[in-house]
Amino acid sequence: MAREKSSKDNAQALFHSLRSAYAATPVNLKIIDLYVGFAVFTALIQVVYMASVGSFPFNSFLSGVLSCVGTAVLAVCLRIQVNKENKEFKDLPPERAFADFVLCNLVLHLVIMNFLG
Amino acid sequence: MPILPNMPVLDLVKSFKLKTKQQELLIRVSILCLVYVLAFITRLFSVLRYESMIHEFDPYFNYRTTLYLTQNGFYDFWNWFDYESWYPLGRIVGGTLYPGLMVTAALIYRILHFLRFAVHIREVCVLTAPSVAGSYDNEGVAIFALLFTFYLFVKAVNTGSLAWSLASAFGYFYMVSAWGGYVFIINLIPLYVLVLLITGRYSMRLYVAYNCMYVLGMLLAMQIRFVGFQHVQSGEHMAAMGVFFLLQVFYFLDWVKHMLSDTKLFQAFLRITVTCAVAVGAIALGLGMLSGYISPWTGRFYSLLDPTYAKDHIPIIASVSEHQPTAWSSFMFDFHILLFLFPAGLYFCFKRLSDATIFIVMYGLTSMYFAGVMVRLILVATPAVCLVSAIAVSATVKNLTVLLRSKNKGVQTGSTKGSSSSKASSKALLDQSQPFQKNGAIALLFGAFYLLSKYATHCTWVTSEAYSSPSIVLAARGAHGSRVIFDDYREAYFWLRQNTPPDAKVMSWWDYGYQITAMGNRTVIVDNNTWNNTHIATVGRAMSSYEDEAIEIMRSLDVDYVLVVFGGVTGYSSDDINKFLWMVRIGGGVFPVIKEPDYLVNGEYRVDKGAAPKMLNCLMYKLCYYRFGEMLTEYGKPPGYDRARGVEIGNKDIKLEHLEEAFTTSNWIVRIYKVKPPNNRW
Repeated sequence: MAREKSSKDNAQALFHSLRSAYAATPVNLKIIDLYVGFAVFTALIQVVYMASVGSFPFNSFLSGVLSCVGTAVLAVCLRIQVNKENKEFKDLPPERAFADFVLCNLVLHLVIMNFLG
Repeated sequence: MPILPNMPVLDLVKSFKLKTKQQELLIRVSILCLVYVLAFITRLFSVLRYESMIHEFDPYFNYRTTLYLTQNGFYDFWNWFDYESWYPLGRIVGGTLYPGLMVTAALIYRILHFLRFAVHIREVCVLTAPSVAGSYDNEGVAIFALLFTFYLFVKAVNTGSLAWSLASAFGYFYMVSAWGGYVFIINLIPLYVLVLLITGRYSMRLYVAYNCMYVLGMLLAMQIRFVGFQHVQSGEHMAAMGVFFLLQVFYFLDWVKHMLSDTKLFQAFLRITVTCAVAVGAIALGLGMLSGYISPWTGRFYSLLDPTYAKDHIPIIASVSEHQPTAWSSFMFDFHILLFLFPAGLYFCFKRLSDATIFIVMYGLTSMYFAGVMVRLILVATPAVCLVSAIAVSATVKNLTVLLRSKNKGVQTGSTKGSSSSKASSKALLDQSQPFQKNGAIALLFGAFYLLSKYATHCTWVTSEAYSSPSIVLAARGAHGSRVIFDDYREAYFWLRQNTPPDAKVMSWWDYGYQITAMGNRTVIVDNNTWNNTHIATVGRAMSSYEDEAIEIMRSLDVDYVLVVFGGVTGYSSDDINKFLWMVRIGGGVFPVIKEPDYLVNGEYRVDKGAAPKMLNCLMYKLCYYRFGEMLTEYGKPPGYDRARGVEIGNKDIKLEHLEEAFTTSNWIVRIYKVKPPNNRW
């Protein structure tokens, strides 16, 4: 009994401390996180759809899912490069990081459009 | 004032007013230029000795497709269905080849034509080669693409920039388009990431580099139809995906740890997440493998992990001579001094570990293992071995020259009176304690120079003697030392081209298929692509059966001509009689009516009087030795003496019922037979 209660307390404490720590992050990072969340959510919807309807044509399914996953991953990379707390990237101007992000996304979506079929 | 050997050189250098950095640049550029010139020249031996032609077997297919590409454009090439090979099945060429090589050659051709150099596409193909001009094979661009990808990826890990990761993804795309060995990259890079994670050298840069490269590289690779969906469905590519998910989990946990201040809470969170992630991953992998969705490792790559697999299960893979395990003599022959410099280089790499040296060590060790398993993969190991050995040489030479220079400086400062720095006195002490150190350093430097120059000479000699023969033209020494050229292959193919109807179908063993389609311009039944084992087994069965059974098979395949290669007159040992047991094994693998022991006598393979009766009467024997019984091949030996096997043949009186001899080349190396139409009923 006591163990369950403490684990529930644990979970709640965990949740609260995570929430409070996250509230402290700057707004631009939160926007990026929102974008990542949106992309992952879209990918999940596509997977659920595929599970219900079937995966033919497979290349279209793959290109859809991979475009979401790809742009999420690139956004996370952007977040890492823009985050002021990362000492390794303090010399990198955020404009350059954003330009790289846009370029990679461009390549990603061009390939997706070719693969969509 | 003591005369120092450096004085005149210093004067000369000062007169040119070059700074050290510029000197270094000059030395570097001139060395690279010399290396480039030497590398280019050693590849030209075969062009100088024979002529500018394509060698071997596979390059003929590459040449034919490149020709098609330059004549018909990329869209037709990408959608090409070739009805001239694998009759009656045909081959979807666009979907079953790696286009990188052909596209590269066609691009070079276009650029040269744009610059108004009117070269023929064959010359471009001959000079786009990995090891010798003429062997126009995938490795020519693949090794370059491999190193390019590795260089870009290591650069991306070092800088953490998205742009470099994008470049490495493109490099990976180029590699995937060039060669099936790209599987090495897609397994080595995740392994490298894993090693970095385990040794604690991970950083944000690693995350950025690997993720961008993996997602973009995977997408780009799937554009090649031959590769298709393998990146998500094949067991060989699952390591990369596993590391991808592992990285997500790992960095997510890192981020949460960074956000939480309380470590106890984090431990609880860690436990939950790790167990969940491992469980999900294991279930997904298990489901995938059990349901067969994730295919297991294919035979070609599985035989790298278990070298005995191919011999027992897939005779076609086991029969290719390039796939045999490497003998130590091949290593010695190809690598020379690098064999002992490689471990020395490994030592130096371990001494100064960094992300980049970890990579080169891993690349070197894994590629050396694979080079030991398959001869062909020495090509993949060579760049790593060269790099690591170069590290050893450069570290040794640097240490020695530091010794030399410090001795000189010590003598110099000792000689100028008035300098009382402790360094000078300590150097002077050093000078007194080991008086032979300087001489030893000079001797060692000379030794190193001698070794390296011997190595360059050896490599040139090896290329000239061992690797410069186009297998399609054979050369030998005549009785008086003059060179004798056997151009029988091309003679036969051009005979086919000029004397047979355009829609004739030629049956031969699969080795010669590409050459027949490229030079003879006729339809073949099987060729070097070996994609259909049953079709090859059918041909093998036809070659190993009695003539009556074989003619049924040949009529069902619409065969008009049969081509065999025979080395009995010239002593050429790579002929069809020596390959015959492989035909039996491959045919017997699919049609149990062909049994290998039927062709052997006490487990021995013989063609003389004591040979097995089935051997003496099978189609291959008859076609090779037809009319050979009357031939005098060597002085003092009876007629019908087979110079390749060294015996007098057993069955000299051969009569062919359903075939007739159409053409035999001047040295009897290639023999072509025509299939007679069925007899009239009455």
